[in-house]
Parts: sequence; C-alpha cells; structure tokens
Amino acid sequence: MSDGWMTEGAWLAILAMMATTILAKTMGFWILGRVPLTPRVRRGLEALPGGVILATIVPITLESGLPGMAGIAIATVVMVVTRKDWLAVAAGLAAVAAIRAFV
Amino acid sequence: MSDTSPDTLASETHVPGPAPFSMDGFWLGFRRCFVTTPGIVVFGMGFGAAASVKGLTFLDAFLFQGLVLAGASQYVALEIWSDPLSWTTAFAMAAIVFTVNLRMMLLGAALRPWMGGIPARQIYPALALMTDPAWILAIRYHREGGQDWGVYLGACIFLYLLWIISVVPGYFLASALDDPARYGFDLIMPIFFITMLVPVWRGRVDALPWLVAIFTGLLVKALVPGYWFVLLGGLAAAITAMILFKAEEPSA
Repeated sequence: MSDGWMTEGAWLAILAMMATTILAKTMGFWILGRVPLTPRVRRGLEALPGGVILATIVPITLESGLPGMAGIAIATVVMVVTRKDWLAVAAGLAAVAAIRAFV
Repeated sequence: MSDTSPDTLASETHVPGPAPFSMDGFWLGFRRCFVTTPGIVVFGMGFGAAASVKGLTFLDAFLFQGLVLAGASQYVALEIWSDPLSWTTAFAMAAIVFTVNLRMMLLGAALRPWMGGIPARQIYPALALMTDPAWILAIRYHREGGQDWGVYLGACIFLYLLWIISVVPGYFLASALDDPARYGFDLIMPIFFITMLVPVWRGRVDALPWLVAIFTGLLVKALVPGYWFVLLGGLAAAITAMILFKAEEPSA
C-alpha cells in the first residue's frame, strides 16, 4: 500500500497498457473483416476455441500436478454426462480440494 | 448483395445482417457467468493484493484493473512497476502486456463470422471489454445455435463489474488473504474453460486440430519463454483445420 493519489507516471503506463490491450483484442476481428470468409477460413476459425483453450490449459494443468489433472478430468466427465456447467465446475473443484487435503 | 453468380456467393455469405441483440440475451449471458465468480474474485483480489504489496496507490491499482482489463498480463506487467514510472518503463509495460495479450486477436477473429454484421461503433467497444471467460461462454452459446450477441455483452459486463469490485478488498486486505489454493480456486478458470469446451466439441472433425494445438502448446511452452504457446497453439489448430478442409458441399 502507498500514500498519495497516484504514482508519478502511472497515468501514462496505464493508458499505454490499455491501448495495446485494446489493439490485441480488436485486431483479429478487424483483420478477418478484410479476408473473404470462405468455407475453408470458417473451418479454421471454428477450430480456434478448442485450439486456444487446450493449448493454454493442458501445459498449465500438467504443471500443477495431480490435483489439476484430476480436477480437469472429473469436470470433463461430469460435463459430458450431465451438460450442467455449474455441476461440472463444482465437481472439478471438489476433486482438487479433496486431493490437496488427503493425498 | 444481390449478386447470385455461384462463384462469388461463397465469399460473400459472410456479410449477414447484424446479429440480433436483446436484453433477454444480455441477462442470460450475465447469469451464465455466475459460476465463474469465485475464480474471478480470487484472481481480481489477487491483483489488488499484489499491487498493494508492490507499493501502488489505491487509485493506481483501481485504474490499472479497470482500464487495462487484461488478467494475467497485468500481473506480468506489475513486476516492473516502479515509483516514479519513467517513459521507458511505461513503454516496456505496454509492450509486455501486448505480447501476453496477442493471443486475444484469435479470440476476436473467431467472433467474426457471428458478429461481423454488427456496426463498428457497437462491436469495437464490446471487443475492448472482451475477457476469456466471456468469450468462451459466448462461443458455446453460439455453437448451440444461439445468435443473440447480447449474451456476449452481458457476460463481458458481469465479468467487468466483478473484476473492478474484487480489486478493492484485495488491495486493502492484502496481508489477511487466505491461501486460495486450499479450495482449488486457483484452478477454477482452467476447469471452467474445459467445461465450456465440452459442448463446443463437434466430433472427429475437431480431433486432429485439437491434438495439434495440445502438442504445439506443450512444445512451445517448453522451448519459448512467455505466453507464445497460447497464440501458436491456437494458430496451429486453425491451420490444421484449414489444411484438412475439403469442400464437402458446392459453394452455393
């Protein structure tokens, strides 16, 4: 914690970070507006959600060890069977907490 | 768009009317995000606590959270915060945030076929509010047949409010925070993402692109520091899907 209203230069840093973040969030959408959305391009775009999410969570989960892997596995199974996302998330978290507490 | 010659039709079908928007959709997206609350609160409070420890003023931390709105990249940039902040440091922080967030161009790109018809003055501010959970929640809704982009905006707004509220107790209670790992809250976001991905799966057509993404992600993470594994893994999936694509149906 620190006194005073704002750190000297904080405005500049925050606005610069805001600008580059907005650029990253909007540029893909903008670029795809200038590319013909052929069936082939659409197929590529449809693969993005799975690709982005799996490329993110698989390495992170493996690093987190057994609790993470069990949580992901159980959440997936519960979701496949019940299609209730809150139940799947709760089951995954319960698995993580249980393994951390008892193993 | 009255041109009906078959060879141009395929590339022009992507200019539909704007996706519909309703307040019912907005509140649906808003409500569907409730399940992420513990994860977002822990993540948002964590930033407040980290900022507090780093010596930011409350206003620094609050504006950082509310204006930058960029999850993990905020934590990374915070590492080089200094008092006072020089131009060079500010520039370096902006560059770090950009590289960590570059993957979000893929998220925006994936929304194009659904939201391409929405007027720029509406869709670009909405894209600026995009966060990963809102995006995947909207993608799932769309894959299940939904068209109302209010769902996307409602999810963005809920997550934004939760994000800027959670930084406040995090900042002031920094030293009193319990260990979130005890309840598994540190893993709630990966668990939420995989849960949302289940309905997005369409069967065999996704198998190879998704596998390629996993292996690319693992490989790049092992070899290259930073967050490039997300961007490159996602791109690898898209490229694989495009290579595998065979025009099953005639272009009309």
